[in-house]
Amino acid sequence: MAGTPFPFAALLERPDIWRGDSLSRTGTPAVPSGFPELDAELPGGGWPAGALTEVLPAHEGIGELRLLGPALAALSNRGLRLAWISPPHLPYAPALAAAGIDIAMLVVVRTTSPIETLWAAEQALVSNACGAVLAWPQGAKYAELRRLQIAAEGGRAPAFLFRSPQIAGEPSPAALRIALGTAAAGGLAVHVLKRRGAPLARSLLLPAIPPAVRGKNHHVDRHPAAPAAARDFLAWLVHA
Amino acid sequence: MRGWSTPEPFAVEERHRVFACDRKALARGVRAGMAVSAALALAPRLRVVPRDPAAETEALLGVSGWAAQFSPGVALEFPDGVLLEVSGSLKLFGGLEPLLERLHRGLAEMGWSATLAGAPTPRAAFWLALAGKREFIDSVAELEAALAALPVGVLRCGDGTLEAIGVRTLGELRALPREGVARRLGQELLDKIDRALGLLSDPRNFFIPPARFRAAIELPAEVTQAEALLFAARRLIVQLCGFLAARSGGVQRFVLGLRHRDRAATEVAIGLVAPSRDIEHFTLLARERLFSLALAEPVREITLQADDVVPLAGRNLGLLLEEGKAAGDWEHLVERLRARLGTDAVCGLVLRAEHRPEHVVCVGEPDSKQLHLDFGERPFWLLARPKRIAEIGAVPHHEGPLELLAGPERIESGWWDGDDVARDYFVARMQNEALVWIYRERRGEGGWYLHGVFA
Repeated sequence: MAGTPFPFAALLERPDIWRGDSLSRTGTPAVPSGFPELDAELPGGGWPAGALTEVLPAHEGIGELRLLGPALAALSNRGLRLAWISPPHLPYAPALAAAGIDIAMLVVVRTTSPIETLWAAEQALVSNACGAVLAWPQGAKYAELRRLQIAAEGGRAPAFLFRSPQIAGEPSPAALRIALGTAAAGGLAVHVLKRRGAPLARSLLLPAIPPAVRGKNHHVDRHPAAPAAARDFLAWLVHA
Repeated sequence: MRGWSTPEPFAVEERHRVFACDRKALARGVRAGMAVSAALALAPRLRVVPRDPAAETEALLGVSGWAAQFSPGVALEFPDGVLLEVSGSLKLFGGLEPLLERLHRGLAEMGWSATLAGAPTPRAAFWLALAGKREFIDSVAELEAALAALPVGVLRCGDGTLEAIGVRTLGELRALPREGVARRLGQELLDKIDRALGLLSDPRNFFIPPARFRAAIELPAEVTQAEALLFAARRLIVQLCGFLAARSGGVQRFVLGLRHRDRAATEVAIGLVAPSRDIEHFTLLARERLFSLALAEPVREITLQADDVVPLAGRNLGLLLEEGKAAGDWEHLVERLRARLGTDAVCGLVLRAEHRPEHVVCVGEPDSKQLHLDFGERPFWLLARPKRIAEIGAVPHHEGPLELLAGPERIESGWWDGDDVARDYFVARMQNEALVWIYRERRGEGGWYLHGVFA
C-alpha cells in the first residue's frame, strides 16, 4: 500500500498496549513514595494502592519506616487513617510527628497470635476505611497472603507487610516486594525483588538518612567491618 | 412462642385445651380448641406450654415498638393485634407493596408469624386479619361486601349464641332486624359492626414507645452453642433497630444478658465508637463477642437492653460521588476489631508535654486531639522497657561495639511522681548499620541501656 508509513511509534503509545520491557503505567493507582528515584521505578509512580507490598528489611532498624515516612505523612495529612497492626515495638509518636505524620490518624492494633494479625489486617483492608495498612505478620502462608491481596484489591489503600528477609525466595502474591539493605553514608539500598512489569536488576540507593547522622558521617571514624556486611547482604539477595 | 427452630412440634394450652400451635403440630393434625390429651395422642413429642398472658402482652408491646418505625399511628388491639395507620406512610415507603414487604421481612426476622390485612377502618382491618384473609381493601364500597363474608367468630363475643341460631357470617347477622339483635345480643355488637363499616367513629389511643429498650427471648431449651445464641440475639437486635428507627435514634452501647438456671446472668456489653442502628453491624459485633465467650452454664433466656437512645443525625449525601468511603466505615472497623481483640487492643497515641521518653506518649482513644510539640532526635520504635546492654572497655556493646554518633542529650525529670530519671541519651550505630537510641544511667550503678531503634 502506498502512502505514509504506518506510525508504529504512535501505536505503541496506545494505553491498552503493554510492552514487556516497560513498566505498566496506566491503570495502576499508586501513592508517591516521596523518593523520586524510587517512584521512577515503581509502576504507577509510587507504592501500589489497593495491593500488597512486602518490605523485607535485612534487620530491624535499617530504615524501613524512614522509607515509608513521606508516603505515610502525605496520607495522614489528607485525613486518611494509618492502621499499624501488630508492630514489633510501640511506634514512638515524637519521631512520627517529626516525620510529618499526623498522629491523630494513627491507630495501633495489638494482637496475640499470627492468625489474629492476619485477620485484623484483612478487616482493615476490607473496610476500606484506612489510608494505609501496615502489618507485621509472622509466618504467613501463600493462601493467607492471597486472601490479604484480594482484600486489598477491594480498596484504595496500600498495604505494607513487613516480613523477614529469609522468605525472599518464597512465592508471594504481593504486587511489589522490596528488600532493604544498608548502603554507604547511612543511605538505604532498595532492591526491588518483584514489581508489576519488567524486573529491576540494579538496587536503588535512597537518601533516607536519619537527621542524627546527616552531615556527621565525615567526622566519625567508620568501623571497617560495617560496609562489608551490607555488601554481603546484597550479594545474598541477588542470589536468592 | 416465637417460631423456634426446635425439632419438636409446639403448642400453647389454656384450660387443658390447645390455644395455638405451630406448623409442625398442624401437620400432625393438632388444631386449636382440641383437648391437650387428644393433641398429645396425635403428636406424642408435642411440647405443650401453658399460656402466659404477661408474655403475650410483652410481645405485643415489643412488636408495637418495632412497628412504630413505619407510622406514628400505632395502636394495640389486645391480646394479639397491632394496628398501623399507614395511609400517611405509603409515599415514604414507596407504596403499599414495598411497605408490606418490609413488614413481612421484619416480623419474620424477629421470629413472628403474622397475618397482614388492610382496610379503611381499623376494626375492619383487624377482623380481616383475624379471619386469616390477607386482603387489602382501599374503598368503602368494597368494605361492606368483604365484611359480610367474614365469620361471626371475629366479633369475639364468645358464647356461641350466634352460631346456635344459625348465623355464620357478619352478612347474615346484618340481615337480621337491628332492633331484635340489639334486644337479644346487646347494642354493643351492632356498634362494633358500625365502627368496622365506618358508620360510627372509632377513636384509638396511639401507642407511645417507652424511653428505653428492653426485650427478652426465652429459649426453648438450654443452649450452649454460640450459633444458637446469636440466632436469638439477632431477633432481639432487629426489634431494637426498629425501635430506634421509630425514634430516629441510635445507641452507643447495648447489653446482651444471658440468663442461666443457677448462676447470675452473664452480661455482654457491646460498645460502639459512634451511635448506630445498623442491624448487620450489631449482629456482627454480637457474633464476635458471643463466639469468644466461655459460658459457665447453659443459657435459658437472652435479654437485650439499651438505655440511652441518642438522636442519630441523618447524613446528607453529596451530589457527586465523593472520594473515599464514609467515615462510618472507620468506626465499624474499630468496633469490629475491638469486639474480637478486646477494647485495649485497638488504640491511638497521644502526645504529652513530658521530658521522660516513656511518658511522652500515652495510649488513648483513636482520634484524640494532639499537642504539637518539638522533641529532639527520636527513634521510630521505642522499646516497651529499656534493655540493659553490656559495657566493654568503656564502649557500650549491643551485638558488637556501638559507635556513638550524637549526644549526649541529658534528660533528668520526674522527681515529683517517684518515677524520676537521670539519663544521657546517645544515637549509636550498630555493627549492622542499624541506628539505636541508648542511654547511660546516671544514678545508682550506672550502666548502658537500649531504649529505641531508628527504623
